[in-house]
Amino acid sequence: MKLVVAIVRPEKANEVLEALFRSDVQGVTLSRVQGHGGETEQVETYRGTTVKMELHEKVRFDIGVSDHFVEPTVKAILAAARTGDVGDGKIFVLPVEKIFRIRTGEEDRAAVTPVQVVAAGKA
Amino acid sequence: MDTPTLVPADTVWMLVSTALVLLMTPALAFFYGGLVRSKNALNTMMMSVASLGFVGMAWALLGYSLAFAEGPAYVGGLSKALLAGVGLEPQGTIPHLLFMAYQGTFAIITAALVSGAIVERMRFGAYLAFITLWSLVVYAPVAHWVWGGGFLARMGALDFAGGTVVHINAATAAFVAAVVIGQRKDYARQAILPHNVPFTLLGGGLLWFGWFGFNAGSALAANGTAALAFVNTMLAPAGTLVVWTVLDLLRNGKATAVGAATGIVVGLVAITPAAGFIGPLPALVLGALAAFPSYYALVYRARTRLDDSLDVVAAHGLGGTVGALLTGVFASKNWNGTVEGLLHGNPGQLGIQAIAVVAAIAYSGIASYLLLKVIGLVTPLRVDKREEGLGLDKSQHGEEAYADDEGAILILQRTEADAPVGVPTLAAAAAEGGRS
Repeated sequence: MKLVVAIVRPEKANEVLEALFRSDVQGVTLSRVQGHGGETEQVETYRGTTVKMELHEKVRFDIGVSDHFVEPTVKAILAAARTGDVGDGKIFVLPVEKIFRIRTGEEDRAAVTPVQVVAAGKA
Repeated sequence: MDTPTLVPADTVWMLVSTALVLLMTPALAFFYGGLVRSKNALNTMMMSVASLGFVGMAWALLGYSLAFAEGPAYVGGLSKALLAGVGLEPQGTIPHLLFMAYQGTFAIITAALVSGAIVERMRFGAYLAFITLWSLVVYAPVAHWVWGGGFLARMGALDFAGGTVVHINAATAAFVAAVVIGQRKDYARQAILPHNVPFTLLGGGLLWFGWFGFNAGSALAANGTAALAFVNTMLAPAGTLVVWTVLDLLRNGKATAVGAATGIVVGLVAITPAAGFIGPLPALVLGALAAFPSYYALVYRARTRLDDSLDVVAAHGLGGTVGALLTGVFASKNWNGTVEGLLHGNPGQLGIQAIAVVAAIAYSGIASYLLLKVIGLVTPLRVDKREEGLGLDKSQHGEEAYADDEGAILILQRTEADAPVGVPTLAAAAAEGGRS
């Protein structure tokens, strides 16, 4: 099991989401974050005050997946989030010790398997 | 009226009306600004605000003369350029200079209306050039046709406060601009949602308030016609708002706030050409009828490839056309003292109204197209994809509507003596090996 953490441009967030759904990745947590990477700074002026915006708006995806889903997840994000300019973001893949589904108490791989697949299996 | 004299009451009303109409342009900034995404809020609002300066100045220097100086049937002359001969002498019953200013506020809002079709993608410099030249090349001649003694005035076309001159004219230019500049890159690929609907409601409310100056002020006097136009300006949007709400309920089961703001504007647009010519109950009917074409055009347009982003064509083009034609239907001598419409036995008036509409669409369409093409030869009309993704507030204005001071590093205006002293930045820290 892995946790895929992706930091992407806000204007690319919808495309990433769409690409993930197309790759059957359905469990996604999204948050708006600010960060600093290597991108050129944005200079803004308000009356006499000129500032460099060192922190840029980004969107962070947290996606818990079973091992064989890591590759399609990462591929989907790489393809959808890229513009080619500095500031496209990063993807981190982290090992995960345990996963629980709160509703059922299911653990690990069962906890990150989409619900309808389980339902179909029971039928 | 034989010897023109100033009437103080008229002067007072026109001073107030001029201020009311000027307020409509910042109101439009809020109306449009709320409808776009937050990253383009300032750019969209600036498109209206800039018109106050650029078109306002062009109007005083040249536009007023092209619209209202003596001239041929199609455009005014240059005799009043640079405000030559525009002083405090009576024009009707108000000072000539005040008349010029009042008409200027119309030129300003008309040019700003066009921006609704091309928000979130047009380069600001190209936009400034476009609206400034447009106010001279397109708006001023059309105003001359109808109000400056041009050929439509001589034919007897009725346009009380500018259904044809302002709304059909602006909407045609908006259509052309949307086609020439093209769709937003996200159009029909992603949901593009209004970022601040309260702004849009505020803008709609302030537009209604200002519109009393627009319509009732077009009587150019504090008289019964002004009162009629005033009341019609109150009643027609009420009719539109009611029908719009019912259509919303029938279609979605819910009355929407964006729909309410839009319905109000459509009603205001529709009553504009008719305000001083028709009775109050016909105004209510006119407003109610005007809801239908605009409502369904809005729904339909969203499924087409035409990215008229804020629906200038559906709201102002169709609203203006319905209003202009229904003026020819409902006009009543009992109320306006001069002209009857179709319902009062003068079907010919409807034909004259149609000719005026077609003439405005034809001229505005062709001239706006050529103007954009010429400007496009000099400077690119739209931003590149990267800037569009980033948002036009940052790329065109170097500002954000909702700035966050976290991470904003002050750039000090340093003298050479104390140059080494400054605030270390994250980037500098990184360069020194702050990151592993």
